[in-house]
Amino acid sequence: MTQMNMIQALNSAMDVMMARDASVVTMGEDVGYFGGVFRVTEGLQRKYGPHRVLDSPISEGGIVATAIGMSINGLRPVAEIQFADYIYPAYDQIVSELARIRYRTGGEFNAPVTIRTPCGGGIRGGQTHSQSPEAVFAHVCGLKVVMPSNPYDAKGLLISSIEDDDPVIFFEPKRLYNGPFDGDPHRPAIGWSSHPKGDVPDGHYRVPIGSAEIVRPGKQVTVITYGTMVHVCIAAAESLGIDAEVIDIRTIVPLDEATITASVKKTGRCVVAHEATRFAGFGAEILSIVQEECFWHLEAPIARVAGWDTPYPHAFEWEYFPGQTRVAAALKATMEAA
Amino acid sequence: MSAIRTRLHVPRAPARPGEKSDFSYVQISPAGAVARPDPNAALAQTLYLADEMVRVLGDDHRAVGPWDPHLAPSDLELGLRYMLMTRQFDDRMHRAQRGGRITFYIKSTGEEAVSVAAGMALRPTDMMFPGYRNQGLQMVRGQNLVDLMCQLLSNSRDMCKGRQLPVMYHSKDARLFSISGNLATQFPQAVGWAMAAAIKNEDTLCATWLGDGSTAEADFHYALLFAQIYRAPVILNVVNNQWAISTFQSFAGGEQKSFAARGPGYGIPGIRVDGNDFLAVYAVTQWAAERARMGAGPTLIELVTYRAAPHSTSDDPSRYRPKDDHESWPLGDPIDRLKSHLIALGEWSEEREAKLQKECEEQVNAAWREAVTHGTLTDGPRLDPGTMFEDVFKDMTPHLAHQREQLEAELAQQQQDAEKKDQ
Repeated sequence: MTQMNMIQALNSAMDVMMARDASVVTMGEDVGYFGGVFRVTEGLQRKYGPHRVLDSPISEGGIVATAIGMSINGLRPVAEIQFADYIYPAYDQIVSELARIRYRTGGEFNAPVTIRTPCGGGIRGGQTHSQSPEAVFAHVCGLKVVMPSNPYDAKGLLISSIEDDDPVIFFEPKRLYNGPFDGDPHRPAIGWSSHPKGDVPDGHYRVPIGSAEIVRPGKQVTVITYGTMVHVCIAAAESLGIDAEVIDIRTIVPLDEATITASVKKTGRCVVAHEATRFAGFGAEILSIVQEECFWHLEAPIARVAGWDTPYPHAFEWEYFPGQTRVAAALKATMEAA
Repeated sequence: MSAIRTRLHVPRAPARPGEKSDFSYVQISPAGAVARPDPNAALAQTLYLADEMVRVLGDDHRAVGPWDPHLAPSDLELGLRYMLMTRQFDDRMHRAQRGGRITFYIKSTGEEAVSVAAGMALRPTDMMFPGYRNQGLQMVRGQNLVDLMCQLLSNSRDMCKGRQLPVMYHSKDARLFSISGNLATQFPQAVGWAMAAAIKNEDTLCATWLGDGSTAEADFHYALLFAQIYRAPVILNVVNNQWAISTFQSFAGGEQKSFAARGPGYGIPGIRVDGNDFLAVYAVTQWAAERARMGAGPTLIELVTYRAAPHSTSDDPSRYRPKDDHESWPLGDPIDRLKSHLIALGEWSEEREAKLQKECEEQVNAAWREAVTHGTLTDGPRLDPGTMFEDVFKDMTPHLAHQREQLEAELAQQQQDAEKKDQ
């Protein structure tokens, strides 16, 4: 075990996989010589060479397209898209190609590509460096979509993603890179060293794709969330003194519906929270599932907490971000209803 | 009256319905006139190839000049056979669509050399990322006609399990990547495949094809960019058949400069070749393959040809170009030209040609009779509709398994309702 922040944990996952499997390569803007703008690939090029840790041109469409071609030729590419906000030039290659190669060839070809990309706000990134587009990819059949909330899961899930024979879009909430963030930007930042999930095994291990985790057991209300909001929701519930059961879904596709519905059936109350915009956000899908599967167990309407349906404004980042106040309001409303 | 005149230039097709065909815009070099540089030549020594037109077969049907690949008559005969088979297959499948047996078809009539000659110039270990009008590659790679037809029929033996539009074949064994149906996406993917071959130090290369119209997609740019940066062992083929459905190639940017000339702009040799000259296509492909194998990187080839067929069975070209346009096409027909060459060599005759044609026709008809026994869209054996939930992922997710159960219940209900009605 070593104390790692999320960047170090992701770097360790890459290192472990590149050492174990010669077919693992990584590519992206600034990932090679420089080690990535967030340092996730630091040291990898020196260790594994410029053929396996490729600096790419500023061409997301080209990065994903060539990664697909490499995967057809037996490699397991990990493509980094520098910010999730930059992923759209690659959208056609991801949606129409990557996601469907297994399907359209009747299973004869498959494309084991992992696309790593930092997402989310809270770093003064403005509207082009803060987006959380997971719902856009969750809607596409054939993609697995993952978003860890801590270093331990980040490493275990990245290893599972690279080993997966299907394509995975791996979102990294960049506000969590250096420490768990509870939504309050005015308190001094804390690191991962004081968090149990900052203890990360040095070697190979997996966190399975498709498995949620109950990160805080509770009896009164189920909070279903992922990414940065995991930490915000725990803090909000604890400051209100509400015994919330907080579920970190960890994987958006495939979704661990069983863990979600078992918890809501137990508590009878449910709040869904994410940082992404609310309208047609992934929370709407979770809400529908809870409504369909747990309706007769519900004692209150299901509440949703999300970013506003606007682009992420640079000057009003904290008014936009669904912080503890917004989560607390939803928790209170849910607890007070009926 | 205003003195302002618009400066927007909107390209015009050279001839529309009712007008006389005009191919004066096609720059044609005499056969044998273009020099052949060493395949390892520096870019600067190849620049003229993007503007000239490599041609080997002269008007007298003799092979001339430095690009003559000196193929044995048996290879020429094989090329003729593949091209005739492609044309027979196309004609028969086009009729099958007209007869309502398949939903859709795309012919490659008039462009057979583009695929067949290139396919023959490559090694069986070389990978191909074809477009949707490259059926000649399927023939060269020995794809079973029945398998191809079952794909077209979306029947119980369809390699795509009923998921793809007709003509979107694939074969892992034959090293033919899946045809997408989206345009140009295969171009940068092929570059990635070739990059992987180089990363793994393998002695293989990759070839890919798209149309003049598709060069307008960003994927074309990605492909040339990455191919040049990493010197990928890849052959990038632009099949300039003049038309993207009704849109003339000038709308893809072909008016002032050849498509081959895009290559040098990226640092890649571009070769413009007579796409209906079997020997010329073979020769430039061989040159590009040799260049790739010696580590000198990619080549962009523009194959100048003419789409004699409609874009697809859903298209009617008489609405946007002169009816007999193809007959005035200055580069002729690839099958006629190779046949005339073989006859000029004293290796072929009209009788043998007729016999070969008949043979191809019989093979195609026999394959069709077998293919339909595996079902058509309207009758005969079908795949279980529940298979639509397979291969979304390697292992079916619980949520898809649940949807499959829902479909099964829905189908059972429909059957029950139908039985009730019959009683």
